[in-house]
Amino acid sequence: MATSSTVTKPRDILGSSALRPDGAHKVQGSFEFTSDMHAENMLWGATLRSPHPYARIVSIDTSAALALSGVQCVITASDVPGKPTYGLISSDQPVFAQDFVRYMGEPVAAVAADHPETCRRALALINVVYEVLNPLTDPEDAVSGAHDPIHPDGNIIRHQRIIRGDQTATGPIVVEGEYVIGMQDQAFLGLEAALAIPDPDGLGVHLHVATQWLHEDLSQISACLDLPAEKVRLTLGGVGGAFGAREDISLQVHCCLLALKAGRPIKMQYSREESFFGHVHRHPATIFMRHHADANGKIIKIDARFVFDGGAYTSTSPAVLINGITHTQGPYKCDNATVDGYAVRTNNPPCGAMRGFGVVQACFAHESQMDKIAAAVGKSPVEVRLINAMVTGDPLITGQIMESVAPVARCITETDVIPLPEPLGTTVNELALPGGSGLTASRSNIVRGIGWGVSMKNLMYSEGFDDYATARCILKDGVASLKFATSEVGQGFVTLAPQIARSVLGVDEVIIEPIDTQIGSAGSTSASRQTWMSGGAVDGACRLVRERLFHHVGKMHDIDPLRLVIDGTDVVDQLGTFRISVADSSDGIEISETFEHHHRATEELDENGQGNCHTAFAFVAHRAVVDVDPELGLVKVVQIATAQDVGRVLNPLSAIGQLEGGIAQGLGLAVMEEIVMKDGKVRNPSFTDYLLPTALDAPDVIAVMIEEYEPQAPLGAKGIGEPPCISVTPAIVAAIRNAIGKDIERIPVRPQDICL
Amino acid sequence: MTVIVAKELTTALAALREHDDARLIQGGTDLMVEINFNHVKPTTMVSLRDVEALRTIRTDTAGILTIGSGVPYSVIEGEPVLSAIPALAQAARTVGSPQIRAAGSLGGNLGTCSPAGDTLPVMFALDAMIHLNTLDSSRVVSIHDFMTGVKRSVRQHDEIITAIDFPIVRGWQGYSKVGVRNAMVISVASACLVADLENANVRIALGSVGPTIIRCRESEAWLKSTQDLSAGQSISIDVANEFGRRAAAESSPIDDHRSTAEYRRHAISVLASRLLRKAYQ
Ligand SMILES: Cc1cc2nc3c(=O)[nH]c(=O)nc-3n(C[C@H](O)[C@H](O)[C@H](O)COP(=O)(O)OP(=O)(O)OC[C@H]3O[C@@H](n4cnc5c(N)ncnc54)[C@H](O)[C@@H]3O)c2cc1C
Repeated sequence: MATSSTVTKPRDILGSSALRPDGAHKVQGSFEFTSDMHAENMLWGATLRSPHPYARIVSIDTSAALALSGVQCVITASDVPGKPTYGLISSDQPVFAQDFVRYMGEPVAAVAADHPETCRRALALINVVYEVLNPLTDPEDAVSGAHDPIHPDGNIIRHQRIIRGDQTATGPIVVEGEYVIGMQDQAFLGLEAALAIPDPDGLGVHLHVATQWLHEDLSQISACLDLPAEKVRLTLGGVGGAFGAREDISLQVHCCLLALKAGRPIKMQYSREESFFGHVHRHPATIFMRHHADANGKIIKIDARFVFDGGAYTSTSPAVLINGITHTQGPYKCDNATVDGYAVRTNNPPCGAMRGFGVVQACFAHESQMDKIAAAVGKSPVEVRLINAMVTGDPLITGQIMESVAPVARCITETDVIPLPEPLGTTVNELALPGGSGLTASRSNIVRGIGWGVSMKNLMYSEGFDDYATARCILKDGVASLKFATSEVGQGFVTLAPQIARSVLGVDEVIIEPIDTQIGSAGSTSASRQTWMSGGAVDGACRLVRERLFHHVGKMHDIDPLRLVIDGTDVVDQLGTFRISVADSSDGIEISETFEHHHRATEELDENGQGNCHTAFAFVAHRAVVDVDPELGLVKVVQIATAQDVGRVLNPLSAIGQLEGGIAQGLGLAVMEEIVMKDGKVRNPSFTDYLLPTALDAPDVIAVMIEEYEPQAPLGAKGIGEPPCISVTPAIVAAIRNAIGKDIERIPVRPQDICL
Repeated sequence: MTVIVAKELTTALAALREHDDARLIQGGTDLMVEINFNHVKPTTMVSLRDVEALRTIRTDTAGILTIGSGVPYSVIEGEPVLSAIPALAQAARTVGSPQIRAAGSLGGNLGTCSPAGDTLPVMFALDAMIHLNTLDSSRVVSIHDFMTGVKRSVRQHDEIITAIDFPIVRGWQGYSKVGVRNAMVISVASACLVADLENANVRIALGSVGPTIIRCRESEAWLKSTQDLSAGQSISIDVANEFGRRAAAESSPIDDHRSTAEYRRHAISVLASRLLRKAYQ
């Protein structure tokens, strides 16, 4: 590398809008997603799924399928050599259903064959005799015990209450509501896919998979396969989005089992329809909230009851429940609370992680309540939120002290000063009105509304879990190589990690080694945590390397290493004139360091829901401007203004991408995205009928990043992935209510909820 | 699977005669979905893509625009259709996404014959005529006789829809479609209204609210008997709303995962009223 290169473009260090290394490939279609992978001699795998929400398996006959030419093997529950179940928190989900199927779409068997079409025919030849049972589909029946247990572990997955302060406190203002949140799908575009390659000796397997957490997959897979962990190796395949849906096991164990049984590589990939059955969804929830406030609208006490429908298996329901109930208050000060929360088991599809993780549901309820308080005391939505805004140092209803930077009032006021869009003129582009290309409305049919949503979101894992991250940095000849197991699901860690290395080490060239399980865990790409956690690990590893580099330079040039700093791409003596490029100074040596980043410890909640259970928090405000056609019940979100507490912006382009994408996802939940269920059956498992926002539905987004350096965070930056999608949903619904003057307590808001 | 790429209509017609299970494919935006979901498994496909004769827009007969069955929606959205049959251009614009509109066609919309097909209410409101050819015969069928039920028509296996005749009518016309998002959505309820100033009448046809497209003959007759529908007239809001109620009463929607019968009926009353007001404002 040249010793004195003229820098012609700004270096892609922290704070720059470095471009994604895979961006151009993705746009041009040359990026290899997991579903594009191929291996010599490969077979295809496919899954047989239950058509019933609840049934007893009387018998399974695979003989006809096995006899089909081209079929290599068929496996069922009896072919699972190790643990018959898996699960993130509780291992209660069977690899294949054995005695009972508990949701529509539950895997019953899998086949390996020479062609996907052969697989499809083979699945049709598997004869499963079911005794159909009466499904438990109403979560309240699980709470009340009205339905027999549908699983040996019972129908209540977790119950937790929060008791805080004066239980009898009340105030002159009392508002309440019962809020219903529908089942949202993560709807990532890159469908589930994996390629499993058995070891030549048949004693191990290498799985290429699109996942959010390689090491968690590894431990669950190896237990089911009954293989030691070192015999199962995972490499991250190209991932096309995740949003929580890749935290749980889907096809991983099936694919490995087929590969080991067939002795040949197996590729599995879901179709869009199968994907709707193959992963967990956002929990539908019913939340009752009653707020007691003083005449100014200051919150005195909150009573709440949460019921989360966890579906057939536990997944992350216990953690989603805790996130939900501990965010009852939202970003507002509250001294007294009585909260009761349930996560229950039903014969609906299993629910688990999705962007916002329990807080989305709570936020829709508390923000709807804030508007009711505002109306009751005759204040504006902004005023009532400012009166209640939490600050650093406030105790939460769990007794935990808010130690994070908490610029709640700033989020609100900075959003408030963002200019509103132009008022609707007399002549407008009809395509831009509610109804869009359907040309259903004229200007005179439309009314406009404005609504607010503000939220608090915990970052990282909670309740005593140590979700650390590991990274290694090797500096050699002026080039840094980074190794970590951090899943890149589109969030941009592969962009950020080199930015960190360039900033800390003064290198230009950074190589990212394969993302796999040949290093310690990075934890999950979820909970808005990877910039903080894996970012902290990469930063830590680079700093250790830098320290050793300074020692090396100090020794070579007889300078106290404590005087050395990185300046651009040089090592310089702060107190003298010495200067040498990082490339020259590391010529011929190799420095390797590994670092584990742990966040501060958290605690479990006690029986009254008290304890320091969360790691850190981030805040955001959203203001929605929405046009509504009240007669037809159609909606067009015109503008979202937002100010988000981000700590520090590390990559402006990446950051705005997270904000805009999250806003689109929250808009989806507000007005269209819902898995429609009837008697435990999914009615709309396709993108024809599960509607996602299009470009014509997407609003203008005007965003302000509030940069108050977070001292707890290794880079001063908070996680920014989840907050954008949380309070935008209630803001949009509030704007609809504001436009039509009618209360709406259910999301997504359907046309008939507005006009009938 | 054999794919016969016809360059001439006769090649395609002969292929249909020869192969009992042959399926025609134009844009493929319906058929490929069916095939990918394994709902149909043809062993022979006859592609009409390269049959230029099906891709023309002509005015052979005065007052009639004849649109080839293979003309893609992206063309129908613009001139000359936009000026001559604006409701059809609007319906074409509501179909799917730009990719779908670049491929999809009227022949395919008629071939599938779904009550949610967006161009069908326009054909019903305009009394369009469908040209059907076999190797040795041809016939012209009114759209009202063509569609017989949900995804059912009178088209025989060996017939190809070659073109659709749309009368050019003097007066306002429009197509409105309700869906739960602002673009690329299957219609929950739709309506096409045509004001025929020459004959002083109004015609309205409804989509997605019955097993076939519904022409609201009684509402049309009521309107004609109570209002002057010639040029320069206006319609009061009360009359428009009554017309909407009557049109809704002629619909027969169902509850499904996309919407409810109640909402669909309500939406029809709103659409019909608004369209009528626009026609006579
Ligand atoms: C994402 C997506 C969105 C869509 N959105 C809409 C929408 O908003 N509104 C809407 O109405 N439709 C929609 N469709 C459906 C489809 O695009 C339309 O029905 C279109 O008109 C089909 O035309 P095609 O040329 O692609 O038909 P093809 O798929 O080629 O054919 C459809 C059927 O018609 C038959 N056929 C085709 N041409 C002829 C002919 N000349 N003679 C006889 N039979 C023939 C075929 O054999 C087949 O049975 C959508 C489809 C997709 C995939």
